[in-house]
Amino acid sequence: MDSTALLIAATLSAGTVLAIAALGLLINEKAGIVNLGAEGMMLCAAIAGFATVVHTGNSWLGFAAGMAAGAFLAAVFGVLVIWLNTNQYATGLALSLFGAGFSAFAGIKYVQEKLPEQSQYPIPFLADVPLLGPALFRQHPMVYIAMALTAGLIWFLYRTRAGLVLRSVGESPESAHALGYPVRRIRLAAVVAGGALCGLAGAYVSVVYTPLWVEGMIAGKGWIALALTTFATWRPARVLLGAYLFGGVTMLQFHLQSLGVNVPTQFLSMLPYLATIVVLVLISRNPLWIRVNMPSSIGKPFYPGA
Amino acid sequence: MAQLEIRPQPSSFWSYASPVLALLITVLIGVALFVALGKDPVKGLQVFFWEPIKSPYAIGELLVKATPLLIIALGLAVCFRSNVWNIGAEGQFVMGAIAAGGIALLAGKTTGPWIIPAILLAGIMGGMLWAGITALLRDRFNANEILVSLMLVYVADMVLNFLVFGPWKDPNGYNFPQTKTFEAVTQIPRLMQGSRVNIGILLALLGVAGLWLFLFRTYAGFRHEVSGLAPAAARYAGFSSRRALWLALLTSGGAAGLAGALEVAGPIGQLTPYVPAGYGFAAIIVAFVGRLHPVGVVFSAILMSMFYIGGELAQSRLGLPKSITGVFQGLLLFSLLACDTLIAYRLRLAKPITMPVATPPSSDVLKGAE
Repeated sequence: MDSTALLIAATLSAGTVLAIAALGLLINEKAGIVNLGAEGMMLCAAIAGFATVVHTGNSWLGFAAGMAAGAFLAAVFGVLVIWLNTNQYATGLALSLFGAGFSAFAGIKYVQEKLPEQSQYPIPFLADVPLLGPALFRQHPMVYIAMALTAGLIWFLYRTRAGLVLRSVGESPESAHALGYPVRRIRLAAVVAGGALCGLAGAYVSVVYTPLWVEGMIAGKGWIALALTTFATWRPARVLLGAYLFGGVTMLQFHLQSLGVNVPTQFLSMLPYLATIVVLVLISRNPLWIRVNMPSSIGKPFYPGA
Repeated sequence: MAQLEIRPQPSSFWSYASPVLALLITVLIGVALFVALGKDPVKGLQVFFWEPIKSPYAIGELLVKATPLLIIALGLAVCFRSNVWNIGAEGQFVMGAIAAGGIALLAGKTTGPWIIPAILLAGIMGGMLWAGITALLRDRFNANEILVSLMLVYVADMVLNFLVFGPWKDPNGYNFPQTKTFEAVTQIPRLMQGSRVNIGILLALLGVAGLWLFLFRTYAGFRHEVSGLAPAAARYAGFSSRRALWLALLTSGGAAGLAGALEVAGPIGQLTPYVPAGYGFAAIIVAFVGRLHPVGVVFSAILMSMFYIGGELAQSRLGLPKSITGVFQGLLLFSLLACDTLIAYRLRLAKPITMPVATPPSSDVLKGAE
């Protein structure tokens, strides 16, 4: 009983990282921009957040620092891609490679550092309910923030005028431009917002999820988040569910280990990556489904007035 | 205000000048970084650009590191030219290393020199197999090759870890996660005494010539290129995009696998968890900075090798972390992409000249249209 509750709790926590990052990437992609730099932004945000918490002891300042780092890198990416019309894939890749190098470089002093004791956040009364309490109501607030973020994004994208404009920029930048919307500035705003969320996810990893700094500690979560947007066919609610599913797969390896399943640990560690491939294959085999749901200007540069 | 304006034709001057300008920008940022960290920038530049070429031995080491970068980048050039985004060369490198290592472990004291071609072949097959998975999933199920090839990097690392922590661990290795040191006969032949340069560099140069011939002197190369530049035109002409996909991935996978084989049977001499050194990712930058051109990648591979050696020296001489290499690599690709804008666009500092336009129709006309 108790281990089930812990497994659920851990799944939600692991899923939160992926959900926040993937929601950020979803905002980008809804505006027609693919940012392959997610991994790099998350790495830089992870060290920015970790270093901030080491010096200030305040995890919320750490999250803010992570968001700032993610937003800054995304802005650089955005200016290159949106104003200089550089190739989105290559530029995102450059960001990921730079982020991996820079975070390792900046983080070398923090490798042995430890964070102050973490606060607990039990919700009064609910936290004491058997099974459900430890599973759901003793989580870090970020877990609930990710859920609220999903709801907020659904409302924003499908219930507000600004959301409609954002989607129209992603579906047909030419039409949005003809209607007088500043396509490039809207895209930049979307990219920066996406970067901030990737940054938040990265900081959550180094401050809460595995509170330490190790080179390359994001370990592909940025790439998995990228796959999640496709997997979720660009729907926020499905992003959240997909994130929990992947969180579950990540946690399954530890659970299986503790159950004494006799499989070498390396094969269990492969599970999230293999699951990503399997899911991509399942979702992509119907090209029509992808084409119907994918923002149609995705990956394509827009040059107004040409 | 400065504005970008589409050039009537892409500038051939800037397609050569852009990498040079990008390097210049990277160096300038590097100097600023050295100053900010309180290091002597002259010493910093010396460590990166002079130390690696100042003696025959240093040049040898430069070539040792440039070889895998060059071989992988040649394969990636084929790949990127056909617009196939294989970013998992690192995984294909590791798989090639594992396959080659497996053959090398079979060698005994009496094995003949035939083992060397067997090792290299195994490496190529290993890399091809790993890239083939990506090609298959892309071809059959339309799965995005960027994400699949990247996920397979992590899987390949785990396979390597499993082998060196498990079945292939050296029983006399004091429990270190590594295989036994390969027999001397498996050592890739070196070119000369006193330097670690081996025949890998010759294979790489052979690859340069081969790629040049393929791209610019064969019909197959032309078809391959068209399928990347203009997919619609390629379809119309009856050039198969599936063929281009498989060719791209198998070539780049085979090249990365070969690089892995040369690395484990050459400078490393055994399998350890440290076989993946990031060459597969750095080679992406090498390919782009070298303009996906067989000769261009030679220069960029040497440059990137300088970054690697410079990073190691910066650690021992200047007390900077070795990972500064990664910072410079990323910066170089960033600046290159920004500078490449100048190939297709030109910068106009004044306001664009507006053509005189016809006077707008008077309100009467509009009324009449109602």
